[in-house]
Amino acid sequence: MADNVKPRVRVPKTASKDEVITIKTLISHPMESGQRKDKDGNIVPRSIINRFTAEFNGQLVIDATLEPAISTNPYLEFDAKVPETGEFKFTWYDDDGSVYEDAHKVEVS
Amino acid sequence: MLISRRGVLSAGAGLAAFALLPVAVRAQGAAAAPTQTADEVIAEFTGGAEVVDGDGVKLTAPEIAENGNTVPISVEAPGASEIMVLAVENPTPGVAKFVFGPLAATQAAATRIRLAKTQDVVAIAKMADGSFVRTASNVKVTIGGCGG
Repeated sequence: MADNVKPRVRVPKTASKDEVITIKTLISHPMESGQRKDKDGNIVPRSIINRFTAEFNGQLVIDATLEPAISTNPYLEFDAKVPETGEFKFTWYDDDGSVYEDAHKVEVS
Repeated sequence: MLISRRGVLSAGAGLAAFALLPVAVRAQGAAAAPTQTADEVIAEFTGGAEVVDGDGVKLTAPEIAENGNTVPISVEAPGASEIMVLAVENPTPGVAKFVFGPLAATQAAATRIRLAKTQDVVAIAKMADGSFVRTASNVKVTIGGCGG
């Protein structure tokens, strides 16, 4: 459905143990709300990212449920702490069943 | 979903009785829409528990948003397990729900939302002890952001 969906995530490469790190994520997606009408007056069907999750080494950081009121190219910013070296896994769930993933390693010194 | 006049009236009476939530009364206008009303969404989140206004949850939103298509907001509720954000006068009042896991350093999140018109943005936090705290912030919208 949605074309050119591309996740972009900003995570520091290194961190100290239990440091608070801010993670910024953005995914290019039209987030069609299901409210708009096209030129002929037909309602454009809803097509959004309805859920986003962030995990670190399998442990949950944040699980967000998104509604049509989230803007185009949904952006999320949140804080995580990293107890050890590992990998963040970010997952976006599309209305059409597609799942987009991105992963980032963080080294704890 | 078919809504009879009687249904709307009785729903309205129920809302008025639920005077704890000033939001509820304003949400009546949205009752005709086929989607959930703001207080239905809230009730689903809280399970009918009492919601108090408080400082436990902080909502940062601009006072005036020129473009309702992207309004930056952030919510913060130290010690909360979940935060829900609502825009009571949007066609679909739900905006987002954040569930914080064990590795969330702070119970805070920022995002960009759509607002159809000038209205209150509401954040409700579910605290670790199961209580609910609510806050609201009025945002003036110059150009609405829901198309149509």
